[in-house]
Amino acid sequence: MKIKRGVFHFKTPICVSGYSAVVGEMEGEGPLKDEFDRVLKGDMFGEKSFEKAESKMQQIAVIKAMQKANITADEVDLIFAGDLLNQCIGTSYGLRELKIPFVGLYGACSTMAESILVAAIFLESSHVKKTVSVTSSHFCAAERQFRFPLEYGGQRALTSQWTATAAGAVVLEEGEKTKIFVKAGCVGKIIDFGVKDINNMGAAMAPAAADTILRFFKETSTTPKDFDLILTGDLGEVGSKALNKIMQEEGFNLKEKHNDCGLMLFDLKEQDVHSGASGPGCSASVLCSHILKKMHFGELKNVLFIATGALMSTTSNQQGESIPAVAHLVHLKGEV
Amino acid sequence: MKKEEYLKYVEETTKRADVKKTFLFSFLFGGLICALGEALRLFFLNFSLNEKDASACVSCFLIILTAILTGLGLFHKIAKIAGAGTFVPITGFANSVISSALEFKTEGFILGVGAKIFVIAGPVIVYGTAASIICGLVFYFITLLGGTI
Amino acid sequence: MEFLVSLIKAFVVGGLICLIGQIILNKTSFPPAKILVGFVVAGVILGAVGVYRPLLKFCGAGAAVPLTGFGNLLSEGVKEAVKKEGFLGIFKGGFSACAVGISVTIVFGLIIALIFKPKRK
Repeated sequence: MKIKRGVFHFKTPICVSGYSAVVGEMEGEGPLKDEFDRVLKGDMFGEKSFEKAESKMQQIAVIKAMQKANITADEVDLIFAGDLLNQCIGTSYGLRELKIPFVGLYGACSTMAESILVAAIFLESSHVKKTVSVTSSHFCAAERQFRFPLEYGGQRALTSQWTATAAGAVVLEEGEKTKIFVKAGCVGKIIDFGVKDINNMGAAMAPAAADTILRFFKETSTTPKDFDLILTGDLGEVGSKALNKIMQEEGFNLKEKHNDCGLMLFDLKEQDVHSGASGPGCSASVLCSHILKKMHFGELKNVLFIATGALMSTTSNQQGESIPAVAHLVHLKGEV
Repeated sequence: MKKEEYLKYVEETTKRADVKKTFLFSFLFGGLICALGEALRLFFLNFSLNEKDASACVSCFLIILTAILTGLGLFHKIAKIAGAGTFVPITGFANSVISSALEFKTEGFILGVGAKIFVIAGPVIVYGTAASIICGLVFYFITLLGGTI
Repeated sequence: MEFLVSLIKAFVVGGLICLIGQIILNKTSFPPAKILVGFVVAGVILGAVGVYRPLLKFCGAGAAVPLTGFGNLLSEGVKEAVKKEGFLGIFKGGFSACAVGISVTIVFGLIIALIFKPKRK
C-alpha cells in the first residue's frame, strides 16, 4: 500500500460509513448553518468550563457519527482523536465515557486528516474493521490557553484567524457500506519557512500544505485537474493566497479547484473573523458536514482534503522560535 | 520558493490595520478618557482634596469603571475600536488585571484568580518598581553627595 | 471657561500619549505587555529627570491617567521617600505611591471574578 515514503494508496475498500459535525453558536450562524448535525447554544453548553464544553461537543459528534453509521461504541475497534488543549484534555474527557480503545494524536489543526489517515492505515492492515476519527476546538478554551483572557481589550491583527468552536467525527469501516472511500493519503513533513508572527498562522502553514500536495502530485502522477476539489484545512485568506502563489511557482494552478475550510465556515465580511476560521474543529466540521454530504449525493467525487497544523506552543513563541507546520493529505473518492 | 523569498512575500502581502483610522480612534478615545479624568480631578479638588488625593481618586474611579465594563463584557468591545486609546491609560492596566481574574476563575480562587491575576500586568509592576528603585538609588547618592533632588 | 480649557488640554495631551502607543502597536509586533512596560519605565525616567511634573501641571489628568503617569507616580514617591527617610526610602517610596491604584485594582478584580463569567461576545 506504500507508494513512496509517506505516500499511501489503499487497496482495501475503506468507506466513510458515518460522519457528524457539532458546532457552536457563531458557527451555526455562518454560511454552512443548515449543514451541521447540531448547533449548541451559548459558550459553555451547560458545562462548568470551556474545556468541558469542548469535551461535550466531541462526545456528541462521536455518538452522532456512530448513530449515522448504525453501529454502537462496543463495535468500534479503535478511536483516533486529539485536540488543541494542553495534553489533549478535550479528547480524553470527551471520550472517557465511551470506553473505546483509544489512540491519542496531536497534529494541532491537522488532526482531522491525521486521524483519518492513521485510521485508514490501520484498516488496511485488516487488524481492525471499524474505527472512529474525531477532533475538536473551542474558541474560548483556545483563546485563554494561547492568547489573552476573553475580556481583555486588545485589537486583533488582520491576519489573525478565529478558532472555530466545532467538532467533527468520521466512522471508517472496511467494506462498501457507502459510496465514499478513503483512497490514498500523504503524511506531511514538518516544514518551517521561518514565519514567527503568531498572528499569521496561515502564512506559517501554507508552505507545509504546498509541500504535502506537491509530493502527492509527484508520487501519484496527478495534477489539480484530476480532482473536483482541493480543500485545505485552515489557511484562511492570507494562507490560501500564499499557497496559490507557491503552487503557481511550482507550475500548478490550484485556483479553480482550491477552497479552504477556514474561508467556508464563517462569512468573512459579516462575522468579523479577520483572515478566516482556524482550529482542528474548523476543518473537521466543514469536512463532516458540507463536503461529505456533497460526496454522499455525488456532487463531489474526487476530493483532496489537506488539514494544516501549526506546531508551535506559547513557550516556543516566547522563546523567539519560528512556527513549524505540518499538513496531512487524504484523498476521498466517490467510488471504489 | 526559497525561505527568504517566501518571508519577503509574506512581509509584503501582510495586511496591516487601517492606520489612519486606528490612529484617529486611539487619539479620540485616549483623549476622552483623560478629559473625563480631568473633569473628575477638578471635581475632587473642589471637594477640598489635595492634588495627590484627587489624582488617586481619579485613578480609583477609572479602575472601578473599567472593572464594571469588563465584568459586563463591554470593555473589550470598546477596546477593539479604541486600541491604544483604552490600553495606554490606567484603564488598560485595570482591564488586564480584571480580565485575568475573571478568566481564571474556573481554576479556583487561589490557584486560578490569585495566581494568575497579574499574568499580563505583572511585568508592569515588576519593571515599574525596579525602575523606581534604580531612581531611588540615584536620588540617594545625590543626597549623600550633598545635592538636592 | 477655565474648566473647559483644562478639559481640552487633558484631551489633547492624553490623546497624543495614547497615539504614541498606537503607533508603536501598529508599526511593531510588540505584544501589549512590552508596550505597557515601556510606558511605565518611560514615566519613571521622565519623572526622575523632572520632565513630567511641568507636564502634569499643564494638563492634569491628561498626563496622570496614561500609564506614564503611573510611572511618574512611582519616581515621585521614591523621591519623596528618599528625602524623608534616606536609604530605606529607596524601597518604600514606589510602592506606597501606587498602593491605592494597585489595591483597588486587585479588590475589584476579585469582586468582578466573584460576580461575572467571561463571555465570548
